[in-house]
Amino acid sequence: MIRVQARIEQSTLMKIASPLLAIFLTLIFGSVLFSAIGKDPLQAMQVLLIAPLSDMYNIGEMFVKMGPLLLCAVGLSLCYRANLWNIGAEGQLLMGALGGSTAALAFIDSSSVLALPITLICGVVSGMLWAAIPTYLKLKFNSNLILTTIMFNYIALYLLLWAVHGPLRDPEGYGFPESALFSDITTLPILFDEGRIHLGVIFAIFAAIGAWVLLNKSHIGFQIRVFGEDEPAARYAGFNGKKISWIVMLFAGALAGLAGVAEVTGPIGQLIPSVSPGYGYSAIIVAYLGRLHPLGALLSATFMAVLYMGGDLAQIEIGVPTAVVGMFQGVLLFFLLACDFFIRYRVSFITNNNPIQE
Amino acid sequence: MKLKSLLLGLGLVAGISAAQAEDPFKVGFVYVGPVGDHGWSYEHNRGREELEKHFEGKVTTSYVENVAEGADAERVITQLAKSGNDLIFTTSFGYMNPTLKVAKRFPKTTFEHATGYKRSKNLGTYALRTYEGRYVSGIAAGMMTKTNKVGYIGSFPIPEVFRDINSAYMAAKTVNPNVEFKIVWVNSWYDPGKETDAANALMDQGVDVLLQHTDSPAPLIAAEKRGMRAVGQASDMSHFAPEAHIFSVRDDWAPYYIKTTEAVINGTYEPADFWGGFKDDMLSIASINENLPADVKAKIKVTYDDIRSGKISPFTGPITNNEGKVVVEAGHTLTDTELAQVNWYVEGITDAIPH
Repeated sequence: MIRVQARIEQSTLMKIASPLLAIFLTLIFGSVLFSAIGKDPLQAMQVLLIAPLSDMYNIGEMFVKMGPLLLCAVGLSLCYRANLWNIGAEGQLLMGALGGSTAALAFIDSSSVLALPITLICGVVSGMLWAAIPTYLKLKFNSNLILTTIMFNYIALYLLLWAVHGPLRDPEGYGFPESALFSDITTLPILFDEGRIHLGVIFAIFAAIGAWVLLNKSHIGFQIRVFGEDEPAARYAGFNGKKISWIVMLFAGALAGLAGVAEVTGPIGQLIPSVSPGYGYSAIIVAYLGRLHPLGALLSATFMAVLYMGGDLAQIEIGVPTAVVGMFQGVLLFFLLACDFFIRYRVSFITNNNPIQE
Repeated sequence: MKLKSLLLGLGLVAGISAAQAEDPFKVGFVYVGPVGDHGWSYEHNRGREELEKHFEGKVTTSYVENVAEGADAERVITQLAKSGNDLIFTTSFGYMNPTLKVAKRFPKTTFEHATGYKRSKNLGTYALRTYEGRYVSGIAAGMMTKTNKVGYIGSFPIPEVFRDINSAYMAAKTVNPNVEFKIVWVNSWYDPGKETDAANALMDQGVDVLLQHTDSPAPLIAAEKRGMRAVGQASDMSHFAPEAHIFSVRDDWAPYYIKTTEAVINGTYEPADFWGGFKDDMLSIASINENLPADVKAKIKVTYDDIRSGKISPFTGPITNNEGKVVVEAGHTLTDTELAQVNWYVEGITDAIPH
């Protein structure tokens, strides 16, 4: 018989052992899966997990992929720590891209050094505004933040589609829904000669460190944590819940907006209908994988970026179909989150066969 | 120590794959949808398989499916180029700028981009004359509709789709002067759920024949359920709707993929803008339903032959748009460049171009 008991304190041993256990279980599952479709499991896993880091180009691309995931996940981690269920990073990111693109297109013939900073600020502010509306609705009318932020994702997407099919469409683009390419003046500088690592990646890493300092070394951060863990205690201590909600939500909106504007002024270089392949949603997984810790998000965003890239490489190098790659990635994430169960719970096997008498 | 041996191992693996690249000619493909979409990407993948078969081991291919048209595309195309592909086909409009950027960095690799308009020293473009198939669809729809209402499920409001709506409408008008078109946009190339909703919404408004500019068989299945008729898109979709299916306009990319690969191998390749249609065998009318009236079947075949021989050319003037302006002068036939810029509806379509 198996007995599950809640632990009084979280197990330190399991905090380290649970990811290892998850990886071990995934390797077993992966071996079975790849053998079943006639691929060499060792080679498959080498391509999926190691090849994305095998040369400078791929490492650079890993950072490019990590940037938007990290920016969104850091903001979400803070929200979730404060018990604010913000699902709206995707919409905030899209609005950041839209706001930034509007500015970048206005500067298309400009040579001002202020063009790029203004473009970035427009993106950040657009993301903040998009986070502000659901926050206001929650604080004023007690609306459900999960629902409003999800709905705002759709509104943002359709606003972006409208803009890219209408006012921001490239007049010389044969009617295709794309903006003109931004001029160099509003394109984020590339950090190395080779590859696409841009300034946005540095912003993302600084954001993670900054959020960690905010959360762990500041009085505001202390208030955020208390609110998340014990709201009555926080109120008893006289902390201002509204203020905390505003700070955390606007911070998350700003970071997601930055992610959006950094995508369009960075690797993409124009506004297109598919700015984000769902970064705002993936960032929810990233935040939880990082255990809602800003520096944890740094690790988990890197890990997710590697997984995504490995999926493409597996198709190129060994012809694994995308559905199988998706299964492998899904199972890996499932094991990682499921093994965290053992941090909070103790599982014991009872050997004697005495059923409990009623 | 461990890291060092790991890196060494990786170096070996990379070395081996580089050495292998010198033997067979390698062709890479990037698809926007899953190969199982039974539409656009499915047909590109069939073209890839035909290509491999044609060259019997002299050409190896690889593909990446479901590649988003954002920042990821450039990485995937670069990785295909880096892993030694000599020729790379990128098969969706949104890959245009990423393909152009990668083509600049890999001058020795040949790139071919479907449906775009930017070309360079080692980047050509290719497209289908889908409006030819759409013209035949319009003929069939005009003859088959009893309510005189034909539904058109549009993907994105772009020139290709406007062009095809016009082509289908002008054709339908020649066989049924009372025909009316109803257009619904789903803003997606492949979304079975939205396509089903659009199909049902159109049928609720009295539409009894559906044309689709999206890639899933969902509209056909919806039509089959309600006893209506529909035309399949991109691949032979007859088995999804045995009763409803009129015919499918099938894409066939294989002739182009084989021709282009041959040209690159022989060193005769020149980047160009190639449009393939009925006469290139890149478009065909597949599985005409046995249950159609004999005159409809005959008319479909005659129309196909006439377009193929050049007797019918859908965009020959005079054509007036639905704002009363002459958009094609009498005697003029739109050139490919002009076809790529159609952003008007022909006279009689009671809808406005969405902006």
